[in-house]
Amino acid sequence: MTIPELKPLLHVCDLKVSYGGIHALKGINFHIAPGELIALIGSNGAGKTTTLKAIAGLIPWSAGKIHYRDMSLQHVAAHQLIREGLALVPEGRGVFAQLTVEENLRMGAYSRSDKSTIANDLQDIYGLFPRLAERHMQLAGTLSGGEQQMMALARALMSRPKLLMLDEPSMGLAPQMIAKVFETIRNISTQGVSILLVEQNARLALEVAQRGYVMERGLITISDNAANLLDSDVVRRAYLGD
Amino acid sequence: MDTLLQQIINGYVQGSVYAMVALGYTMVYGILGLINFAHGEIVMVGAMVALSVVQLLINSGLPPQLVLLFSLIISVSVCMSLGYSIERIAYRPLRKAPRLAPLITAIGVSIVLQNLAMIIWGREYLAFPPILPNNSHRFFGAIITEVQILIVLVALIMMGGLLLLVHQTRLGCAMRAVAENPTAAILMGVNTNKVIAITFMLGSGLAAVAGLMISARYGIVHYYMGSILGLKAFTAAVLGGIGNMRGAMMGGLLLGLIESLGAGYIGDLSGGFLGSHYQDVFAFFVLISVLIFRPSGLFGGRIAERA
Repeated sequence: MTIPELKPLLHVCDLKVSYGGIHALKGINFHIAPGELIALIGSNGAGKTTTLKAIAGLIPWSAGKIHYRDMSLQHVAAHQLIREGLALVPEGRGVFAQLTVEENLRMGAYSRSDKSTIANDLQDIYGLFPRLAERHMQLAGTLSGGEQQMMALARALMSRPKLLMLDEPSMGLAPQMIAKVFETIRNISTQGVSILLVEQNARLALEVAQRGYVMERGLITISDNAANLLDSDVVRRAYLGD
Repeated sequence: MDTLLQQIINGYVQGSVYAMVALGYTMVYGILGLINFAHGEIVMVGAMVALSVVQLLINSGLPPQLVLLFSLIISVSVCMSLGYSIERIAYRPLRKAPRLAPLITAIGVSIVLQNLAMIIWGREYLAFPPILPNNSHRFFGAIITEVQILIVLVALIMMGGLLLLVHQTRLGCAMRAVAENPTAAILMGVNTNKVIAITFMLGSGLAAVAGLMISARYGIVHYYMGSILGLKAFTAAVLGGIGNMRGAMMGGLLLGLIESLGAGYIGDLSGGFLGSHYQDVFAFFVLISVLIFRPSGLFGGRIAERA
C-alpha cells in the first residue's frame, strides 16, 4: 500500500454504521489525499453506498471517525458539507426533474454567495457541456439518462467541490454514454478535484483511478494501487469477470 | 342575464378567498405530503386577531385605512408565528413517522386551536365592524361592492407575488427542490427545515389575509368559521390537483363559481324544491366527484407530476 505524501483530505477511521440491527459497515478505514481519484469497488450490498451516505451526513454512524480537512464531521449537518467543498452525486443522480436544467445547475451553487462568479461558472459549464447549454430551459426530467448524469456532474461542479463523491455514475447508461461520463470524470480529476468513485463496474473505475479499495460485507478487504488491483487474481476473478 | 353576472361576480370573489386558503394546503402538501387540517383554523385566528385589533383602534381617531393596515400586519404576523410554531412543535417531530400520525396530529391541532379561540374570543358570533365605506357600483346590471373589488385585487396581487417568489427566486427554487427530492436538496446545501418552516409561514400569512377578507365581506366572525372554510379550500386544492399551486388557484376560483351558480339556480332547477341554503352541498359533491373520477385533480397534482 502506498502511503500518501500529502496530508489526507478525507480520513475515515474505524467507521461503523448499523441500521435496524444490520451492521452495514463493520469498521472501515481509508483515506483520500488531495487530488487523488479513488475507486471503491465491491458487489451489491457490500456497503459502498452506505459509506458515501455516512460521509455526506445522510445517515448517522454508530462508531468511528470521519475527518475532512482537519475537521471532524461528527456534528456537522448534512446541508453544511457542500459549503466545505464536499459534494455527493447520489445513486440515481438526484436530478430535480421538475426544475429546468439551468435551475438544477443553479441549485448546485446554492451554497455559494459569490453571485458574479456563479454566472461565470455557469457559462464555463455550458462551454464544457454544450448539450446542457442547448437544453438549459428544458425541464431536467425530459433529458435522457446520460444527459441527466452529465447534468448531475455539472451541478456538483457548480458547488466548486474539493472532494467529489460519485455513486454508480455508470448505472443504467448505454456504453457510449458511460465512456463519455468517465471521460468527464477523468477531466474533473485532472483539474485537481479529489474524487471518491463508487462503481459496480470495477474495471472502468480502476482504469481511471489511482488507488482502489475493495469492499466486502461491510469491510474493506483489499487496498492497493489501481493497476495492481486490475492485475490481481482475486480481484479479476471476483469483480472483473475474468 | 344580470342574475347570471351577479352569481359569477359573487362566485369569483368567494373563489378568490378559497384560492388563497387552498394555496396553504397545497404548498404544505407539495413539500411534506401532509394535509394540514389545522389550516382552516389559521384563517379563523387571522380573522379573530384582526377583529381584536380593529376593536382596539376603531375609536382611536386613526383613519380607517390605517386601522385596516395595522390589523392586517398584526394578524399576518400572528398567523405566521402560529404556522411556524405548529410546524415546529406538532409536525417536525413526526417528520419520519408513518403518514397517519401527522394527519391525526393535524386534526388534533385544529381542535386545540378552535377551543383556544373559543376561550379567548367566546362562543358568540362577533360582529366585524365595517371599517371601510362599502359603496356598491352597478356593473352591467349586476352589483359589485368596493370590498369585493378590494378582495379580488388583493388576492390577485398576493397570488401573483407568490408565483413570482416560487418560480423566480433562489428561495422558490429551493422550495421546489425540497418538494421534489428532499435528500438531493440537502446535498445542494439547502436547509430543508428552514425551507419547510418558511412554507408554513407563507401559507399562514395568506390564510390571515383570507381571514380578514372574509370578515370584511360578511361582517361576522366565529370561532368555528375555519372549519367549513378549511374543508372547502381543501376541496379547491384537490379540485386543482393537490400539490400544484396554479391548480389551487384555479380550483379555488372554480369552486367559488360552482357554489355560487349552483346556489343561484338550484331553486329553478328543482322547481323550488331545493333552496340556496344547499350551497355547501356543492363543494362536497365536487370533492367526492373529483376523488372518484379524477383523484389527481383537474390540473394534475404532485403525484401526477412526478410520474
